[in-house]
Amino acid sequence: MFLKDYISDVVNGVSSLLKGMRKTGYYFTHSKEIITEQYPDNRATLKLADRFKGEVVMPHDENNEHTCTGCTACELACPNGTIKIITKFDITPEGKKKKAIDAFIYRLEMCTLCNLCITACPSDAIKMVPNFEHSVFDRSKLTKILNKPGSKIKEGIE
Amino acid sequence: MLSLESITKTTQDWLLAKFSPQIALTLECVIIILLAITLFAMLGLVLVLLERKVAARIQIRLGPNRVGPGGIFQTAADTLKLIMKEGLTPDSADKFLFNLAPFVVMMVAMLLLAPIAFAKNFQIWDINIGVLYISSVSSLSVIGILMAGWASNNKYSLLGAMRSGAQIVSYELSAGFAVLTIVVLTGSLQISEIVAAQENGWWLFKGHIPVIIAFVLYIIAVTAETNRAPFDLAEAESELTAGFHTEYSGMKFALFFLAEYINIFIVCAIGATLFLGGWMPLHIGHWESFNHIMDYIPSSVWFMGKTFFLIFVIMWFRWTFPRLRVDQLLNLEWKYLLPISLFNLLLVTVIAIMGWYF
Repeated sequence: MFLKDYISDVVNGVSSLLKGMRKTGYYFTHSKEIITEQYPDNRATLKLADRFKGEVVMPHDENNEHTCTGCTACELACPNGTIKIITKFDITPEGKKKKAIDAFIYRLEMCTLCNLCITACPSDAIKMVPNFEHSVFDRSKLTKILNKPGSKIKEGIE
Repeated sequence: MLSLESITKTTQDWLLAKFSPQIALTLECVIIILLAITLFAMLGLVLVLLERKVAARIQIRLGPNRVGPGGIFQTAADTLKLIMKEGLTPDSADKFLFNLAPFVVMMVAMLLLAPIAFAKNFQIWDINIGVLYISSVSSLSVIGILMAGWASNNKYSLLGAMRSGAQIVSYELSAGFAVLTIVVLTGSLQISEIVAAQENGWWLFKGHIPVIIAFVLYIIAVTAETNRAPFDLAEAESELTAGFHTEYSGMKFALFFLAEYINIFIVCAIGATLFLGGWMPLHIGHWESFNHIMDYIPSSVWFMGKTFFLIFVIMWFRWTFPRLRVDQLLNLEWKYLLPISLFNLLLVTVIAIMGWYF
């Protein structure tokens, strides 16, 4: 009985070790499995995962229009005060006053890329982009105004 | 045909024609020393690079690829860095022993080079007790390691040296038994005779399952003897400080590092000689044309190919298996390897006496 256990111990041990060696041997012989990115060399063809979060941007269409209503939901959702929205009042052609954003201030150096502002936004005005080359020589360059100069809100967004 | 054998022959003839026998012998010794040192330096560079590349490929990485094409000059650059560094000796260390220890370890590795047959009739010293010489000299490296640990005057170094020493001493037993199986089958301790006995087939194929078991035991035992992962718990780089060479830096550390790789080469060369036929080409029974084609490959290529294959297997172990605990290590040796190798030796003796091998 003891001998049987002993032999089965040895056989089990050797077979599990061989299983591990088969896996590493597979990786050794299959160079297509290599996941190293030669980063500065392949900058042009670099492919990042879709879920990679690097920076908040506000997309503008070809007419320089965005969909931000200035509701400040993102500012309230932000846990560390990264976003500051300065609003103004536009005069519509009918003569009514309408709330709009003057500046969407985004401080990248304080942002933890938690994605809460994107989920809070009711009109999908902001989104995350996979942009990671953020180093600059002056910290003030990281404070960005996301709405482009002269941009206005898209028609029909309330 | 140009071979290592003819080169040595013409060199010896030329030296004997030009000089008196004593001077010729001295010059030959000088040439051998220079060749051995060159081989060591080259092996250090090649093996470290090979290890890093194999590790990278197994871990799905690329490995060193910046210095030279494909990173082939990486280890040369590293060596240059180590030479430039300060060789620090701690204040309270035993300075003489501390500086002597790396050279003892290197010298043991160099002595082991003597009986290895690198190619057909290309051997430094064909001593008639070759295997005994190898097993006795290889156990001397413990002295260098203990010397390094003791002379550092550091408790961690001393403990590391003790653990290293205990491991090397206990695993030498099963390595010795594995070597003995081949000695029993061949009936000779001389390396050249062991190689000659494998002319019609390597012992791994001729000796049935017991020799295969002995081969596996040998590979496991020498992996432990050279203090390599998964048996590198004496210096376990991710858990402890560096073991016996904690206090060493610069070129003195590099000598230990080099000796480790040279020892891997030597144990793999011995394994290739004993089990895989040394420089003997692969011969299969009566396939005359196949055997002729195999004969055209130079014997040095056969030897180096087999040795590097075994080195690759040991590297493969290192990057696959997790490290053992110290009680697991001793369990493995005393409860599994030693009884199996004792029983295996008995089996091989019966096979050798009855002549049941091919």
